[in-house]
Amino acid sequence: MIGLTEYLILGTILFGIGLLGIVIKRHAIAILMSVELMLNAVNINFIAIHRFVASSLGTGQLFAVFVIVVAAAEVAVGLALIIAMYKKRKSVKLDDFDLLKL
Amino acid sequence: METFTFADFVFILIAVVTVGGGLGVIFSRNIIHAALCLVVSFVGVAAVYFSLSAGFLGVIQIMVYVGAIAVLIIFAIMLVMERDVRKTNMFSRNWFNYVFGIPIIGCVIVSMLVALQKSHFPVSPPPAVDDGVGQLAELMLGDYVVPFEAAAILLLVAVIGAIIMAKGAETK
Repeated sequence: MIGLTEYLILGTILFGIGLLGIVIKRHAIAILMSVELMLNAVNINFIAIHRFVASSLGTGQLFAVFVIVVAAAEVAVGLALIIAMYKKRKSVKLDDFDLLKL
Repeated sequence: METFTFADFVFILIAVVTVGGGLGVIFSRNIIHAALCLVVSFVGVAAVYFSLSAGFLGVIQIMVYVGAIAVLIIFAIMLVMERDVRKTNMFSRNWFNYVFGIPIIGCVIVSMLVALQKSHFPVSPPPAVDDGVGQLAELMLGDYVVPFEAAAILLLVAVIGAIIMAKGAETK
């Protein structure tokens, strides 16, 4: 029988995949995609807790909506930053983004 | 012995699709394929929402993530495309990331899973048939109206800032 724990385990696995992607990828957009996976994992946890523990409150769904809003803003700004850096450096590798290094 | 129901089978199917899409994002060598795997993972997460009887959130997930964010990411990939697309999504060359990053991630995930097994949640029986949209609307325009408006302003500022950063501001 599928209960709360299985949903939370799914969220944890997805979070771990996103974390792994952030550490081992070189392409800036790939890292942004990994961040999106982590935000989705957090949303799964919000909705699962909302459904199984506190469904009378409704705040779980509300916070999931806020996470989606912040994720949309983050993707817009992040991609604009990557495009601006690409114009300057002709590269999207994070190792080349070292303008602040002495 | 608990019986294996159809709902369990559906959950396992959804979980395999979601996690498989996530693994595809990391382990595919072409970044276009990685973006398409990300779309698969987003659809899987939307299916998880539907299975949790949060249909409104599932529709939002499909509209915002699959409709908008995925298209935005693919457009950005096209704008910063390199010559050889087959090797665009490579792993980091920095050995430091592997030596220190992977053990730390392993510790984080294992500790989260152990905490999950040890913790006890006061599970209450779920309500009959109610996806909570009316409840959500009352919260958004009632107790949480200030965060709601702040989120709206955040989106506006982020989109304007994104346009200015990507296009380059006019300097006179």
